[in-house]
Amino acid sequence: MGKYIGKEFSRVDGVAKVTGAAPYAAEFHVPGTAHGYLVMSRIAKGTITKIDTAAAEKSPGVVRVFTHKNTPKFAHPEKYKSFKALQSPEIVFNAQPIAVVVAETFEEARAAANLVEATYRREDPSTDFFGRVEEAEQAPDSPFSGKSVQTTGDAEQAMSSAEITFEAEYTIPAEHHNPMEPHAAVAYWKNGKLKIFDKSQDVYTVRSNLAAALGVPEDDVHVVSPYVGGAFGCSIRTNYYPFLTAMMARELKRPVKLVYTRRQMFTGHGYRPFTHQKIQLGAKKTGELISIIHEAANNTSTVEKWNDSTTRFTRHIYACPNMKTIQRLVKTDLPTPCAMRAPGAVSGMFALESALDELSYKLDMDPLELRLKNYAEVDPANGKPYSTKALRECYRRGAEKFGWDKRQPIPRSMREGNELIGYGMSTGIWYAFQQPATVKVVLKADGTAQLTSATSDIGPGTYTVMTIIAAEYLGIAPEKISFGLGDTQMPKAPVQGGSWTTASVGSAVHGAAMKLKSRLLSLAQKDKDSPLQGLGPDEVVLLDGRLQNRKQTSNGVSIVGILKAEGMDSMTEVHKETPSKIREDYQLLAHGAQFVEVRVDEQLGMVRVSRAVEATACGKIMNPKTSHSQEMGGVVWGIGMALTEHTEVDDRFGRIMNPSLADYHVPCCADVRKVDTDFIEEDDRVVNPLGVKGMGELGMVGIPAAISNAVYHATGKRIRHLPMTPDKVLKA
Amino acid sequence: MSVKKHYSFLVNGENHTVESYPANRLLDVLREDLRLTGCKEGCGEGECGSCSVFLDDVMVNSCLVPIAQVQGRQVRTVEALSSDPLGKILQEKFLEHNGAQCGICTPGMLVAAITLLRRNSQPTLGEIQDGLAGNLCRCTGYKKIFDAVADAAQVAREQGVLEGGKA
Ligand code: FES
Ligand code: FES
Repeated sequence: MGKYIGKEFSRVDGVAKVTGAAPYAAEFHVPGTAHGYLVMSRIAKGTITKIDTAAAEKSPGVVRVFTHKNTPKFAHPEKYKSFKALQSPEIVFNAQPIAVVVAETFEEARAAANLVEATYRREDPSTDFFGRVEEAEQAPDSPFSGKSVQTTGDAEQAMSSAEITFEAEYTIPAEHHNPMEPHAAVAYWKNGKLKIFDKSQDVYTVRSNLAAALGVPEDDVHVVSPYVGGAFGCSIRTNYYPFLTAMMARELKRPVKLVYTRRQMFTGHGYRPFTHQKIQLGAKKTGELISIIHEAANNTSTVEKWNDSTTRFTRHIYACPNMKTIQRLVKTDLPTPCAMRAPGAVSGMFALESALDELSYKLDMDPLELRLKNYAEVDPANGKPYSTKALRECYRRGAEKFGWDKRQPIPRSMREGNELIGYGMSTGIWYAFQQPATVKVVLKADGTAQLTSATSDIGPGTYTVMTIIAAEYLGIAPEKISFGLGDTQMPKAPVQGGSWTTASVGSAVHGAAMKLKSRLLSLAQKDKDSPLQGLGPDEVVLLDGRLQNRKQTSNGVSIVGILKAEGMDSMTEVHKETPSKIREDYQLLAHGAQFVEVRVDEQLGMVRVSRAVEATACGKIMNPKTSHSQEMGGVVWGIGMALTEHTEVDDRFGRIMNPSLADYHVPCCADVRKVDTDFIEEDDRVVNPLGVKGMGELGMVGIPAAISNAVYHATGKRIRHLPMTPDKVLKA
Repeated sequence: MSVKKHYSFLVNGENHTVESYPANRLLDVLREDLRLTGCKEGCGEGECGSCSVFLDDVMVNSCLVPIAQVQGRQVRTVEALSSDPLGKILQEKFLEHNGAQCGICTPGMLVAAITLLRRNSQPTLGEIQDGLAGNLCRCTGYKKIFDAVADAAQVAREQGVLEGGKA
């Protein structure tokens, strides 16, 4: 543990949030702003033959009604292939925007939007993914998970010779992120330059996409996004609304605000796709896996091929010599899916970890013992050593805290009154990604420091952790540090996704501090009498506002003193940190173990997660306070996925039937009982200078499988189709 | 659309008059006309509680209140909570327990927590869950919010901000 790193630290943005002062995208006030309101298609496939805007245009306060007829074409569509609104009369999904009414006030825009009438030539949509899995085509390769077909050994051959085999199919419906903040943008143009406040996880990509689409240089687009009210992946890609908002502001020569309604969010960005999986396992009677075949298919739209990488971790978790994974796609008349918390991983591990549980009963073996029997000491797919892997310790700690030894092996053998009680466990896994990131540090002669990097803070605590890292390595108290983010006038940082922000931007903060230390040392050594004479950068440390001899801390000089002696008001360092080469020699992963207890009401089929214990190993923990919250939130996301979340589509109309928080059930207060999160810290010198791995996604990965396994243990019923709603529990 | 009218009411102790359509939502009047953006829109349909404010000291979803109903009444929003002793304790405890992550649900959670604690100064976990049942949070997994509210209740009792027993 450092002076600041590893200690409980309250959020630096907390006061702004509990007082309501933090400004989110829709809250930037620009005088003269006009308000847009979207009109959505009523069909899923076909063409608009006529669109009548006359009544809307006459409605009070209306400034203009944009449709495909009067909206300029966005340039360079090849640069960014995502759906862009109002570019043609063609309809490719239901609740696609067909018009935007812009008026003086939101109320006026909304009222007038009801008056827009469209006539369509309707074609039959095809949205029944599960009915068409047979037609699936091979997915394109993915930049993160690689080839869509991957093999180790000869899985088919090994399967046919296995003593024990198991095979099952699992399905997951579409799910929506539903962050509590709706997407919003406020845009205006001044002297040919665009400024846009946007809800975004990636301001630099919004900038390049808008610049391309609007035909202006990137430097003329300024994207600002200091606070994001949750995103979970749905603000990674540039959604259609910032394009529209910027376009309308240019056309109308005035600021325009556009905010999705909750209903519009269901087609305003992507979603976790419908997923079908088939798992085949081959094992010895003693439990050693000899073959795994994992076939997955997810739905995509008709305009893009989204590969959800469902099988991304299957070949990296168990010591199995023969493995094959395949990812396929089915085109549907729905919007394009996108990354949703732990994309692919949570879906794939639901199937794989459910299948392993099923195999454990077939083998009459404890599910945890089966995992340990197949524990991988090196990566089974490529033979690389893990940089660190404390999964065994996660299993041990989790099992002990949970009381796994009290599990009665026979299903339906534990009950209390009407409630059947079941125990289930699973394994979680995510990457230890790192991306290039740049940070600017201004060290001031008044003893403060200002840091900036265009990353994002969608809620995990990025402002806070960067402040902690800067305080640690600059040797300045956190109160004297400010960290700015979410602005394209700041140095470039990667999208906040993949759970790589702390590893990427945090390492850049560390790197910048190291450079500043060296520069301060050479300045200090200009003084012949300096107590730091003869020392190299590694022999000194920045601590408590001083540059000190690491071994003899009384020998040192104040940072402010060094700057003042040089007559400097400040010292600036812009540092780009890139992943080190040594990473390539290792398999870099974060792991976790999940243990849950469910209580199932036998008559009602209601499943409750009465207890969950999750132990995760994701390198070093920078701030336990916010880190536990990340895993806690992840567990509850897993509960939602397992039990309630389900985007339902009426295939006759290709329309989402439950686009509201009343009908799409995100977990609520009553769904959360006892949740215990724990970290097994790892001392990883390979992943990055800070030794941190991803955690935001990791926390949810094993949970749906653990719950499903517990439901089986409680009831003797195996439910392979999420969510495990009461109807399925009763029917199974 | 109907005709715009003038409506006068108090917000956080200050008089305001706005010209508005009668069915305009209190939420929009607060956020757009008065630029009090502390209350948030999560759903616009009364499902999430992000837009909670006090109307004459009763918690309402401001997305469901037409401005015509606010004429002559008093509104209190998150922006004024720091001046309320219970509000201030809750804000501190949300900070201490990390009950706010992205922060969008936080203003509404605070309003709901005040409402609960005024009614029941010593809530059990189940009563906290019931008291916050109308508020959704997608980030925290709720537990830290429950902890913050329970801790705030205790501190408020100790400081005499709340009475000891159940009302
Ligand atoms: S915005 Fe009012 S309850 Fe959701
Ligand atoms: S903190 Fe993000 S919704 Fe509650």
